[in-house]
Order: sequence, then C-alpha cells, then structure tokens
Amino acid sequence: MSTGRTTIAHDPAAAPTGLPRWTYVPAVVGGLFVVLPLLALGTRVPWTGYWTLVTSEPARAALVLSLQTAATSTALCLVLGIPLALVLARGRFPGRDLLRSLVLVPLVLPPVVGGIALLSTFGRRGLLGESIEVLGLQVAFSTTAVVLAQTFVALPFLVVSLEGALRTAGSRYDVVAASLGAGPTTVLRRVTLPLVWPGLVSGTVLAFARALGEFGATLTFAGSLQGVTRTLPLEIYLQRETDPDAAVALSLLLVAIAVVVIAVTHRRAAP
Amino acid sequence: MTFTLTATVPSRGVDVTLDVPEGRTLALLGPNGAGKSTALGLAAGTLRPHDGEITLDGRVLAGARAGRTTTWVPAHRRQVALLAQDPMLFPHLTVRDNVAFGPRAQGRSRRGAGTAADRWLDAIGLAHLAERRPAGLSGGQAQRVAIARALAAAPRLLLLDEPMAALDVDVTPALRQTLQHLLDDQTTVVATHDVLDALLLADEVAVVDGGRVVERGPTAEILSRPRSAFAASVAGLNLLSGTWTGDGVSTASGAVVHGYASHPGVAVGAPMTAVFRPAAVSLHLRDPHGSPRNTFRGTVRSVEPRGDLLRVRTDQLAADVTPQAVAELALVPGRTVIGTVKAAEVDVYPG
Repeated sequence: MSTGRTTIAHDPAAAPTGLPRWTYVPAVVGGLFVVLPLLALGTRVPWTGYWTLVTSEPARAALVLSLQTAATSTALCLVLGIPLALVLARGRFPGRDLLRSLVLVPLVLPPVVGGIALLSTFGRRGLLGESIEVLGLQVAFSTTAVVLAQTFVALPFLVVSLEGALRTAGSRYDVVAASLGAGPTTVLRRVTLPLVWPGLVSGTVLAFARALGEFGATLTFAGSLQGVTRTLPLEIYLQRETDPDAAVALSLLLVAIAVVVIAVTHRRAAP
Repeated sequence: MTFTLTATVPSRGVDVTLDVPEGRTLALLGPNGAGKSTALGLAAGTLRPHDGEITLDGRVLAGARAGRTTTWVPAHRRQVALLAQDPMLFPHLTVRDNVAFGPRAQGRSRRGAGTAADRWLDAIGLAHLAERRPAGLSGGQAQRVAIARALAAAPRLLLLDEPMAALDVDVTPALRQTLQHLLDDQTTVVATHDVLDALLLADEVAVVDGGRVVERGPTAEILSRPRSAFAASVAGLNLLSGTWTGDGVSTASGAVVHGYASHPGVAVGAPMTAVFRPAAVSLHLRDPHGSPRNTFRGTVRSVEPRGDLLRVRTDQLAADVTPQAVAELALVPGRTVIGTVKAAEVDVYPG
C-alpha cells in the first residue's frame, strides 16, 4: 500500500486531479489554524532558562508519570481494544450495533463527566468500590486511577481505527487461510492482524496521544498529587497560575513528544 | 468413493448430489449462477447445508436435517483447499511464505515448510520468484503460486472455482497445462463455465443448471453427445486430431497446427489433439501473410445464427464471427475462406 503511495507522489507524469481551485483557500486557512498556535507557542518559550524550567523536580516527576501512565494505558488499550474491535467487526450476536455505539461514548463525552462516571464505578462508594476495598485496594486518587482514566478516554480511538481497518480488509483472506488448514488463532496472528497493521499502528498512536494529553477525567477521578497522579497536562495547568514561563516550556515539551511519537510510528508503519 | 455430497440450500435454490472417486477430477460445468460456487462452498465449509450430508474419506464433514446442523467440521479441519478465480495471495508475505503457509499452519517446522514450498515452486516453474511479494507478479504467475499454495497444504480434496476466469486469454493455456500435470493424482472438483477446462482437466463432468445436476458422465461422452441444453451450447469446440511433429500437430488434411503444449515426454508421431474455440477463429478471403497464426483454407458449408454472432462451418472448422464480417466477406456456402487462429489460443494435448 505504501509503495503505491510513494509511486504516485513521485510520478512526474501524473496529471492533476479535477479539484475545484477554491478548495485551496479554506484548506490553507485550516492548515494555518493548526500550525499558527504552535508557532506562537514557540515565540513565547523562555529559551534562556528552558533547561532549568523543564528539569525542575515537579516537572520531571510529571513527565515521568505521564510517560509511564500513558504507556501502561496504551498497553491496556491494546489488550482490551484488539479483541473488542475484532468482536465488533466480525462477531455475530444480538445487540452488536448497540455495543458499538456505547463503546464510542467516551469520544463525545466531556472528560470531566467521564471522571465522575469512573468515580461512581471505582470510587469508595462506587458500584465496584466496596468490592475492591474488601480486597484491600483503593483505586480512586491513585496512579491506577490515572491509568484507568486514560484508558477510558483512549480506548475508543484504538477500537474505531482498528474496526474500520478490519471492515475494509474483509474476511476473504481469512477464509483462504482456514482452507489451508490454519485454525482461528493462527489466522488471526498470521493473516488478519498483519493485514490491518497500518490501522493498528495509527490506532495505537492516537490512543497514546489521547492518553498523554488526558486532563479532565484524570483531575476528577485521580486528583492532582505530585508524583502520584499529577501528569504533565495537570502540571502545566497548575504552573500557569503561578509561573506562566514554566507552563509554556512544559507545553513545548509535550508538543515535542507528540511530534516524535508520530514521526517514529509513521516510519515504522511504512515497510 | 472419496468425496460425496448430497445437499440442499433452499435459500439459493440448490439441490445437488456429487461424488468424486479417489484421485479423479470432476468438472462442474454450468452457466453463471447455476449453483456451482454454492456446491464448492458447501464442501469447503463456508456454507451450511439445510439438508444433506457431505463426507470425505468416510468422515462426515457436514450433516443437516431440516435446517438443523447435526455435524459440522470447521473449514480448517476439513483438509479441503479452495482456489478461487482471484488468487488471493497474502499480500504481506513473500511468494515462498505464501506457499509455506499451509504446511506451517499444520504444524511443520519453519525449515520443513520452506523446503516443501521450494519444491512446489519448482514444480510450477517459478522458483526464481520465491522472494517476491505478490504485488510484483503477473496475473498468471499469481494464479500458479496460488495453485502451489493450495497443493502444498496437502488437501484430501482440492476445489477450483473458475480458476481461469480472471486471466488473460493468452496465459490460460499455459495455466491449464500446469494444472493438468499437477492434478494427476489429486482428488479435485473444478467449477467452470468453460468447456475447455472440463475437457482438459476433468475425468468426468456434471452439468449443473438451475441448482441441479442435469447431466453426468465421462467428459468425452458428455461433450460429444450432449443431452442438456447447456452442454449442447458449450460443446462444438474445434478438435483437430493428428500426430505430433515436435512443434505442432499434423492433421490428416496435411495442415500443421501450432499451439500451447508442455508435454516434454511426447514422442514425435504420437497421437495429439489441438483444441480451440470457434470464437478464436477469424476469417479472411486472402492469406494474411506474415502473421504468426495457424491458417486453414476451407470451403464454407453452412452459416447459422448463434446468439449475436454467426457460426460459419467450413469442411475443417467452425468459426463464430459477426454478421458484419459475414456480409463484408460475402460468406455463402461454397465460397473459399481462410481461417486463422493465434497459436496462444490453441491447446494441444495427447490423445
């Protein structure tokens, strides 16, 4: 697939498509709307004291916590999201369409509401809170809560992306593989997942990025304890009140991480 | 009897009974929508019968009574390989890994599966493409790799669904020859609407129409004395018998017919038959010099309508041509014409 894309991009003989010219105007405005704020952010960065600002103890703690929790919740998204996408795309059971809609709810839900919903489930007086407390665990306002909040908001990104790829790929190759004697698990591992690899990678990137930027649900469900639940976005919001320079410096750090993640996975996805 | 199938699928209007003895090839011959693919789907395990039983080597693969499935072996445990008209090679695997897929999935070691794959690639003459990706193959090459992949899985029953339909006319004779060699001892069912496939690949033909088997028997018999309307409409191929000269078939009338043959063992002088369809013949009044074609001079015996075309019979062959061509050439019985056929459209086989 990617080879085809490269060929088209580098083919000097390719004739232009019949795109209406006026589309370029809103397209340029749209592009600027995304790029300009990022450039503006760059102009406000206090470059002289930058290193000190981003290596302060609270900043380092927040960065490490953010990377750890976002990585953990991305892994959790993969473990839960791949089977969920498979079942939604290929499974046959009553209520599948309803389940598909429900899984997408966190996409449209304000994150604060998501945080309250998680509190009602895992909080001390929540639906499962008492049963969990019997086991000697308390989820709310812990690092576990951060991971749960991030997974809650990030999971739909992976599921939507992967399910779309699975539907596009269809199941004809799976039928061929089965007729060659491959059992369902072998088919999944050697045919189904490799064929949707680009969709899986982009879904994973989206989920990681969403987990890294998660703010509202984390604040509501996990609070803001330095080194325990105060991730980078929370730290930035806090610093904005007291030290705007530090907030801008950390924001740039988050932008840099996002760019690196996208660049690395984009290169990996293209064989 | 190795393979038996008796099944109805009312939703598709299909009610068929088939059987294939060990090592034999049965052709399901019929028009599109006749129920051939449904029959193959039932055998492969992609469709459930409403009523009936399917067995392979005495093992029941599927059984059903009045819509209730009583026995069901999933596709991957059937030892039934299906080859469709689209080769469906796994795009993310090399040619070798595609062919090694079956042995590997059935538990062979990586090395063992790779060796088996190389042997099959050798058999189809594409060993030099082992490291390529399917995207780098031509349609004919891809279909040959798909055949090797299906056979490498060592199926007890091989199903071919219109294996030539998606290919250029120029490469189908070569692929047919490949299949003819490879299917020698392989129990096979080939679904086709092309009488050439039936003639060259199958020992027996079952003519399917309207979801039912309307005629059944040895291929030569069905095609020479067709009783069903479909068999009659597809028969009428040009069959020219003669002896092998080393690079062509020398017929009784003295003509030498060049065609596609890959029978290394055939001795000069052995009986051979050249086959081509009437639609592959074009007619001329003068000899079209310098063309790499077979030419046959003959006298028009009859002209009769055949769908949108007219079938012109000469003393040697039949040609399907447009009414315009008949008018331009003023083809009436008694007139001398020259028929030409590209060598690539002629199949040559022993017998």
